Amino acid sequence: MKAIASLILPKSAQVALVGLVTVVAVQWTSLAHAVDIKEITSPGGIKALLVEDYTVPLIAVSFSFKGGSTQDMPGKEGTAKLLTNTLDEGAGDIESQQFQTRLQDNGMTYQFNAGYDGFSGGIKTLRSDREDGFELLRLMLNEPRFDVEPVERMKASRLRGLRGQETNPRSLASKAHRELVFAGHPYSRPTDGTIETMQAITPADLRDYIGRVFAKDSLVVGIVGAISEKETLEMLDKVFGALPAKAKLKPVPEIKVETGENRHVEFDTPQTNIRVALPGIKRDDDAFFAGYLANYVLGGGSFSSRLYNEVREKRGLAYGVYSYLATYDHAGFVGAGSATRADRAKQTVDVILGEIERMAKEGPTAEELEKAKKYIKGSYAIANLDTSSKIASVLVAIQDSDLGIDYIDRRAKYIESVTLEDAKRISAKLFGGKPSVITVGRSIK
Amino acid sequence: MTLKNSRVALFSLALMAGVAAAPQLQMASHTTGAAQAAEEKMGPEVTSFFLENGLQVVVIPDRRAPVVTHMVWYRAGSADEPPGKSGIAHYLEHLMFKGTKTTANGEFSSRVAAIGGQENAFTSTDYTGYFQRVTPAALEEMMTLEADRMENLVLTDELIIPERDVVQEERNSRTENNPGSLLREAMAATLYQNHPYGIPIIGWQHEVNSLDKDDAIAFYDKFYTPNNAILVVAGDVEVETVRTLAQKTYGKVKRRAEPGKRMRPTEPPPRAARRVVMEDARVRTPSYQRLYLVPSYNTAEPGEAEALEVLGDVLGGGSTSRMYKSLVIEQKIATSAGSWYQGGALDDTSFGIYGAPTDKTSLEQVEAATDKEIAKLLESGVTEDEVEQTKSRLIKQAIFSQDSQSTLARIYGGSLMLGSTIEDVQAWPDRLRAVTPEAVNKVARKYLKLKRSVTGYLSPAKQEG
Repeated sequence: MKAIASLILPKSAQVALVGLVTVVAVQWTSLAHAVDIKEITSPGGIKALLVEDYTVPLIAVSFSFKGGSTQDMPGKEGTAKLLTNTLDEGAGDIESQQFQTRLQDNGMTYQFNAGYDGFSGGIKTLRSDREDGFELLRLMLNEPRFDVEPVERMKASRLRGLRGQETNPRSLASKAHRELVFAGHPYSRPTDGTIETMQAITPADLRDYIGRVFAKDSLVVGIVGAISEKETLEMLDKVFGALPAKAKLKPVPEIKVETGENRHVEFDTPQTNIRVALPGIKRDDDAFFAGYLANYVLGGGSFSSRLYNEVREKRGLAYGVYSYLATYDHAGFVGAGSATRADRAKQTVDVILGEIERMAKEGPTAEELEKAKKYIKGSYAIANLDTSSKIASVLVAIQDSDLGIDYIDRRAKYIESVTLEDAKRISAKLFGGKPSVITVGRSIK
Repeated sequence: MTLKNSRVALFSLALMAGVAAAPQLQMASHTTGAAQAAEEKMGPEVTSFFLENGLQVVVIPDRRAPVVTHMVWYRAGSADEPPGKSGIAHYLEHLMFKGTKTTANGEFSSRVAAIGGQENAFTSTDYTGYFQRVTPAALEEMMTLEADRMENLVLTDELIIPERDVVQEERNSRTENNPGSLLREAMAATLYQNHPYGIPIIGWQHEVNSLDKDDAIAFYDKFYTPNNAILVVAGDVEVETVRTLAQKTYGKVKRRAEPGKRMRPTEPPPRAARRVVMEDARVRTPSYQRLYLVPSYNTAEPGEAEALEVLGDVLGGGSTSRMYKSLVIEQKIATSAGSWYQGGALDDTSFGIYGAPTDKTSLEQVEAATDKEIAKLLESGVTEDEVEQTKSRLIKQAIFSQDSQSTLARIYGGSLMLGSTIEDVQAWPDRLRAVTPEAVNKVARKYLKLKRSVTGYLSPAKQEG
């Protein structure tokens, strides 16, 4: 897989961090002819958003349960992640290998993901294979077997990954970052678990997790593709109808992120990984869009941000440099990062911190803010609405963040209404604190 | 998106890399599930025409969203570099953003950003591509800017020297920081004894250090010309609109060069099984790989590449494959095991197998067990069921590619770069359906020979540092 991936070298690695940022919404008006959302409720009481589209003979179903890795039991960190590899390893009367064969014969693509706050997933199936595809999804979510052999096999694979993380500069930086930013909070725990906690997880732990997290009241669903409303309603009750009414989620406390402490992890590798963190805001903050725009100017834009210009373009210090607003259910922070050879690490950190400080003091210029608004408004459809799976994910995100179906029409107005003063005020708040700096690499004597 | 099923992920990467795979399905005489699905809804009508200056234009309609993907592909990759100048194709790709006679450094990018567009560029062994995804109203502006940098690039040392450092940091991120990548580099360099596929796309570090403006311009002047390029426009746009705009923009670009047929040094008959062993203190989990020299879709005898595609899947494509079942599930001597075929290449390419031992087993055990599986396959052959199941799955995956205009654009662009025609792409499901167990056995016996291969071991360093 890697061998093939390495055959293509993109100009810029569009940092996967976009995934950390809450999906905002759809620029609706321009899509009137393309996206027509229906809000539906099944006879069994499952709510969902549906976009019917028969252009290609495919159906994408995405869903998310509140919960995620925060619901891992202490000492069993990594449970939600292991679940993403074991739900498809046999269900109902069908054992692992036969189930895998059924999945492959159906041809559907499917995925499960566990984040801090949610457990999500999705399938994409051909319309002609939909009944079988829905049945397989129902089995995975309602009747997974968790037989010892496949669970141990998946644990072995995850343990191998965990060992690899011990010498991966990015993983080491993420670990230090998490422990500094979220000290004492469930978010500081590793979502992947550790070698010890992964070894400790049993099939009973997986069953227990599902019993607590997979429930109707914590579920949101989005459907896109060649499927009618009636067929969708039947699918909803079939796949999700037998889940318990209420989840039993452990409450997760709010955490006010504090920064100002630096950490260096000594590691013998040619390129030093750099992370910077500052306290942030949550998605429901009134200043979210102002902050989102200000961050775009600092380091959110791909080939046009201040960090890109100062670190990469002018000085050639790094291939990738970025900043982002991380918004979780119970915390928010501002992150920035890059990677450069050891003897230029200090210079790179200084340039990044200098730009953060400048942004705190001056905020964006009127011209930069205008450009940011244009980008943020225009990019949404282009980035998020070109495939049915992506649209289905958007439908889930809209519900997950409680934005409301009409939110989409309001979104452009929210962005428009941000003034230069707003952007400067939030810049002072977001970028004016004392940052934490994490470096992983060789010390320079 | 991280797909759980690694077989699927591998396949979609193969599609992205331009392996001939067909989004547009032909009606089949016999009916499989996929064929039924195809009958429900056919793929898009693809149109192609040439401008007078030799530029081929391909239009793929997709009207589901007001988005258009605009891509220009050049028949110029790392395997077309002059000796000693490794990395110049990729370095030039970065430099193409530095401005022209009439646009400033970074201006193209800021104009893309100003309309909320996305852009990037990529370099492979056989081609280089540039793309933007924008609203249809911005298509003309994109075409104007892309046509401009096809002939008017201006480079200055002040701009390009920092970019060379950027490329070195890109190499650090991808390769120097990753022992697995270093091993793959060493294995490719060993597999290809004469062909430039043995040279990394990003270039050898010491050669990249001395690349300069003249090298970049020489490569640009040799290959960046409309008669060596393809324009692909996919999305919410009419063919006639594309034709008019293409003539107005790209139509004005002069034929700047005649690159001619690409003739690279070719491989001698492989005679020696080779081994590459790499130890690195950063390795925590050993792994094993083997590459066999095999034909690509472009160099294979008719049907061979499709048979290799099926072989890669039956032998080691995912959790129901022979290798996974035997090594991981039954014998429990590996935590992962599989195989793949990289058919998308202009010249002879590779078929790979891989495996990782458990805590209790060794690389040697994994290799021996793999050899046994291969020997079994060569001796007894693949079954009718295995072949039929694999074919059905691969064809279904091709239908999924219809869901993404970017994927369609990459499949058509990549395939045309690698010697296929639009008809070849569209007939891929039919060609795959024609694969028989005998054909799979024949390619397996012909190509899975140790003397055609290099075997690589990645191990923790025996001593620290």
